[in-house]
Amino acid sequence: MAAMVIVGGGQAAGQNVASLRQAGYEGEIVLIGDESHPPYQRPPLSKQYLSGEHGVERVHLRPPTFYQDKNIDLKLGVTVTDIDTQSHQVKCSSGENIEYEKLLIATGSRPRILNAPGSELPGIFYLRTIDDVDRIREAMSSARSVCILGGGYIGLEVASVAITSGLNVTVLEMEDRILQRVTTPEMSNFYHELHSAHGVNILTNTAAQGFSGDGKVEQVLCGEQRIKADLVIIGIGIIPNVELADAAGIYCENGIVVDDHCQTSEADIFAAGDCSNHPNPILQRRLRLESVPNAMEQARVAAANMLGGNTTYSSIPWFWSDQYDLKLQMVGFSSDGDAQIVRGDKSANQFAVFYLKDGAVVAVDAVNSPREFMVCKQLYGQTVDQAQLQDSNVDLKTLLHA
Amino acid sequence: MPLIKFIEHDGTAHDIQANNGDSIMITAINNLVPGIDADCGGECSCATCHVIVDSAWTEKARTLGENENAMLDLNPDREVNSRLSCQIEVSDDLDGIIINLPEFQY
Repeated sequence: MAAMVIVGGGQAAGQNVASLRQAGYEGEIVLIGDESHPPYQRPPLSKQYLSGEHGVERVHLRPPTFYQDKNIDLKLGVTVTDIDTQSHQVKCSSGENIEYEKLLIATGSRPRILNAPGSELPGIFYLRTIDDVDRIREAMSSARSVCILGGGYIGLEVASVAITSGLNVTVLEMEDRILQRVTTPEMSNFYHELHSAHGVNILTNTAAQGFSGDGKVEQVLCGEQRIKADLVIIGIGIIPNVELADAAGIYCENGIVVDDHCQTSEADIFAAGDCSNHPNPILQRRLRLESVPNAMEQARVAAANMLGGNTTYSSIPWFWSDQYDLKLQMVGFSSDGDAQIVRGDKSANQFAVFYLKDGAVVAVDAVNSPREFMVCKQLYGQTVDQAQLQDSNVDLKTLLHA
Repeated sequence: MPLIKFIEHDGTAHDIQANNGDSIMITAINNLVPGIDADCGGECSCATCHVIVDSAWTEKARTLGENENAMLDLNPDREVNSRLSCQIEVSDDLDGIIINLPEFQY
C-alpha cells in the first residue's frame, strides 16, 4: 500500500511526520534522510551544541524511540536519487523504490561553498549538521585561533562561542558591515561593537582569497593581509536543495515553488522548509525563508493537506539569535520599513527597534526585550501611537488595547 | 514516572507518564499532545508552549522566570497560572499535575 513519504530528515520532516500521526493518520509513514541522525534542531548547533551546553539528545526533535512507538519508518543515511511522478515512486540510494500516496519534499538547504586556492586544506569547516559541529568542536579543543568567513548570524554566533572558550577570533565580512543582508546599519553597528568589546576582530570589506598551510590550514589570505588561523569556519549563506524536485519536473524558481497549501506544481507532492518558495498572504509576496518557525509551520500545513485537508499557510516570519548573553528576537523584515522607532536603552543592551511602513508596524529587532518581540507579533500591520511605542514607561499592553 | 494530565481547550484529556528531568513541553511533544507548538525547541524564545497550570499545582511547578514572565506578559490569553511549559521540569513532586492547554499559541 502506498505511504506518506517524506524526503529529508530535518525539522520540517520531523514535524511533518509527527503532525501526520497527531492528526490520526494510521497508514504507513516513511521518512528518508541522508544524515545518520533522527530529525534534530539546527538552531542550537551554532549555539548551545557548539559550546557543549547541550548534548546530542537535547537537540533531537524527538527521541529515537518516538519513531518506533509511532510506527514511523526512518530510513537514515539514505539519499533519494529520483522522483517518478508518473508511477508515484521515489528511488533511493539503497536501491529501494518506495511508492508514495503523498510526498513531502523537505530537502532543506546546504552551505554555499567557497572555491578558493587551499580551500581543501584540513581545518576548514562549514556548519550545517551535527557531524559538522562534532568535527568543529574537536578542532576547537586544540585550536588557538579561529577565522570565521561571513558575518551573518551563524558566523557571529560561532564567534560568540569561540571567544568565550578562549580562542582568538577573527571575522571576515565581504560587505562594508556585518549582517548586511539581514538588518539595518544601526543593528549592524550594535553587533559590531558588541563583538569588538568581547575581543572579536571584525574585518569588513574583506574577502578571503585563499588559504595556506603545511598539511592543514594555517593562514587565511586576503590580499596583502595574512590572518593566522588554525581553524576556519565558513558561513557565507545557503543554497536550497531543489535539484531532486527540479529533475522530477516540479516547478522551481528560487526554491521549490508551492502554493499557500504547500503544494508544488505536482498535485500529490508538497514541499516545506528552507527549500520552499511560498506565498505569504500577510506580507503579500513570495518568500524563501531560512527559518525554523517557517519550517515547522509549513510542515504542519503540509501534513493537514496531505491528509486531504484545506489548511492555508499564513504566518508572520520571525527569527532569533543568541550571542553572548543577548537574545535577539526578530519579527518581519526591517527592510520593509520606511521609519524606525527605538524603545529602550541601547547602552544597557536592552532595546527594540520597531520598523514602520506608512505608520504601520512591519518589523522589530528586539534585544533582550521579549515584550517588544511579543507585541510586534500581535501589532503587525497595525498603526500605532508612535510616542507611546517609543516611551518605555508606557506599558505595551496599552498599545494592544488601543 | 510522574503522571501529567494535559487537558485540551475542548476538554479532551491526555494522561501521560512523564520522565523526570524532561520539561512539560517535551513531554507533550514526545506524546503528540496537541495544542503546544514549541517552535524554538525549549529556549524560551517563542512563547508557543503556553499552558495554564491548575491552581493547586502552581507552587510545586517552580517559580516563573523573568524572561518567561516577559514572554507571557503580552499574551492575550494569559491567566494567573500561565507558564511556558518548556520552563517547567518534570519531577516526582509534579505527579498528578493538571496542565490546561490554551486554544491558541501566539
